[in-house]
Amino acid sequence: MSVLSFGIKPGSRSGLRPAWEEEPSRTGLASKGVLLVLTCLAILFPLWVVIVTSLSSVKTITEAGGLVVIPRGVTFVAYQELLGGGQVARATLVSVGVTVVGTLFSMTVSVLCAYGLSRPGSVLHRPFLLLLLATMFFGAGLIPTYLVVQGLGLTNSYLSLILPSAVNVFNILVLRAFFMGTAQELVESARIDGAGDIRILWQIVMPLSRAVLAVITLFYAVGYWSAWFNASIYLTDPDKLPLQNIMNQLVIRGERPAGLMQAVNTGHLSPLALQMAVMVLALIPVSVLSPFVQKHFKEGMLTGAVKG
Amino acid sequence: MSHSTTKTRGATPATEEAGAEPTARRTRLGTRRRRTGAKTGGATLRHRLRRDRTLILMTVPALLLLLVFNYVPLIGNVVAFQDYDPYVADNAFQAITQSPWVGLEWFQHMVDDRLFWEALRNTLAIFAIQLTLFFPLPILLALFINSFVRPRVRAVAQAILYLPHFFSWVLVITIFQQMFGGAGLVAQTLRDHGHDGIDLMTDPGLFKFLITFEMIWKDAGWGVIVFLAALAAVNRDLYEASAMDGAGRWRRIWHIALPALRPVVALLLVLQVGNALTVGFEQILLQRQAVGPGASEVLDTYVWNVGIKTGNFSYAAAVGIVKGTFGLLLVLGANKVAHLMGEQGVYKR
Repeated sequence: MSVLSFGIKPGSRSGLRPAWEEEPSRTGLASKGVLLVLTCLAILFPLWVVIVTSLSSVKTITEAGGLVVIPRGVTFVAYQELLGGGQVARATLVSVGVTVVGTLFSMTVSVLCAYGLSRPGSVLHRPFLLLLLATMFFGAGLIPTYLVVQGLGLTNSYLSLILPSAVNVFNILVLRAFFMGTAQELVESARIDGAGDIRILWQIVMPLSRAVLAVITLFYAVGYWSAWFNASIYLTDPDKLPLQNIMNQLVIRGERPAGLMQAVNTGHLSPLALQMAVMVLALIPVSVLSPFVQKHFKEGMLTGAVKG
Repeated sequence: MSHSTTKTRGATPATEEAGAEPTARRTRLGTRRRRTGAKTGGATLRHRLRRDRTLILMTVPALLLLLVFNYVPLIGNVVAFQDYDPYVADNAFQAITQSPWVGLEWFQHMVDDRLFWEALRNTLAIFAIQLTLFFPLPILLALFINSFVRPRVRAVAQAILYLPHFFSWVLVITIFQQMFGGAGLVAQTLRDHGHDGIDLMTDPGLFKFLITFEMIWKDAGWGVIVFLAALAAVNRDLYEASAMDGAGRWRRIWHIALPALRPVVALLLVLQVGNALTVGFEQILLQRQAVGPGASEVLDTYVWNVGIKTGNFSYAAAVGIVKGTFGLLLVLGANKVAHLMGEQGVYKR
C-alpha cells in the first residue's frame, strides 16, 4: 500500500483513506500541514543555525551580529583549528574511543546474558532473572556507587566511564524477549544437529535479530557518546575528559579553549564559530546513525514495555 | 527459598569445571540430554547444571557487573550511619571499615536541614510542572501523527521528532543557550529591532519552566513511539463501525483512540510517579550556576553537592537513602493504584 499510494493526486485519495472516513476540508489540511511544519522547524531550525554559524567566517558572523541564519560563504577554519590537535581533538578521540570500546563491551555482555536467560527451564534461570529485575526498582545511590568506583581504584581511568554503566537491564530484557521469540523451530533443529549454545547464538539467533541488535547498539552508543557526568566526577586529569565535558566548559561555561586562542586572537577565527563547531562534532554521529535504525525503534521499545 | 540456595551453591563447581576444560566437555555434549521445553523432571540437579553450564557462564559477566556496581553499593550505603572519613585510609573500602558509627545522627540532621526541605520542595514542584506540561504532549503528538495517512509524511515527521532524543543534555542545553540565552538568537533579533534582549537561561523564576521546555524539546517526540504503536494496534473495524453510527472525526478520537491508549497511559503514569523524586539531575547540574541553588536545587543535585562537592559523604548517603526509599514506595504505591483502576501497571499482581 505504501508504495502504491505515492502517485495519488489530491482529490483521489481513496486508496489511502478508508471509504467511511470524511474527506478532510481544505482548511483542516492546511492547518495540519502548518502545525507539522512548525513542529519540525522547532527541532531543525536551531540545528541549522548551529551548523551554518560553525561554517561561517569572522566577517559573516560580525555582520550578522552573532549567530548566522542565512549562510554567506562556507569556510572550514573552525574545524581545521579544532581537529588540528589540542584539547578538542583529544577529547573527540577520547569520546570515539570510549564509545566504540564501551559499546562493544556492553553489547557482548548484554547479548550473552540475554541469550543465557532466554531458555526457560534452564537451571538458575529464575534467580538470575530476579537479580536483574530487582535493579530496575532501586538504585544504590550516587554516593555509595562513587565510593565503590573509588575503592576499586578506577578513578582517573577510562574504565570508570565504561564499567559502572556497561550493563543496562532494560536493554538486556529487550534482547531477551527477542531471542525468546526468534524461530524456536530453527533453534531446536540446530540443537538436534549438534550445535552448542554459542554456535546457535552466533549463527542462528543473532542473524535473525539484526533489527533489535541495531537498536540496542545505537542505544548503548548514544549512552556512551552523551555521557559526561561520570567523567566529571571520576576523572581528575583534565586531559582525559571526553568531548561532552569539553563542550560544557567551552560553550555553557564560556571558558576559552586552551591552545586555540591564537587563531581567535589574530581575528582569523570567531570564537562563536569555534563553539558551534564543537557542537556540530557532538551532534554528527547521532544524527547520522539514528535515522538508519529508526524503522526498528518501535519493535525495540515495545518488547521492552511488555516483559514477563 | 532454600531450594534456590542449593542451586546457587551447586553452580560454582560446575562453572569452574566448564572453564577448565571446555573442549573435553564438548565432545560429550552430543550424548547428553537436551532441554526440550518440557519438564526436566528426571534430570538430577548436577546433570542439569552440566547441561546448562554454557548458559550460566554466559550470564556471569553481566551479573558480575550488576553485583559490583548495583548490589555492592547497596551495602556501601552503611556510610550513612557512620561518620565516614575518606582520609582514614587510602582505599574507600578500608575507610568504611575504619570510620566510627554514629547511628541515625545524619537522619536527624536532615530533619533540621532547611536546604534539604528546599531541595525536596523544588523536586516536587518540578515534578508537578512536568506532569502537567510534559506528560500529555506525546499523547497529543501521537494522535496528530496518526492522523496523517501518507506513509512518507509520517516517516519523515517521526525521523525529525525522534532526533533530539539522541542528543546529549550538554548539547541540548548549549542549543537552548544559543537560542534563548543573553547572547542568543532571540535576544539578538530583538536587539536588532530596537527591543531589550531577553535571557531565559539566567532567570530563577523561569528556571523550572525552562527545564520542562528543554525536556519537551528533547523527549516529547520520542515519547510518541509507544502511543503510536498502541494506536496502530486498534482494530480498524471499530473506527468504521462508529463512523457508521455517525461519529465524526473528533468523536472517534474520544471514544476509540483515547480508550485504546488507556493502558499505556496508566503504565507511563505509574513510571512517572515512581520517578517523582528523580527530576532532571544532569540537566539541572549543567545549568544551575546561572540561577543559583535556590531555584534549581533538587534532591539529586543536593546529594551531589553535599557528597561529591563538599565531601560530606555520610550525610549525602543519608539523603540518598531517604530519596531511594520514598522512590521505591512511590513505584509500589502507584502500581497499586493502577491495579485498583483495573490496569496492569509495571508488573503483574
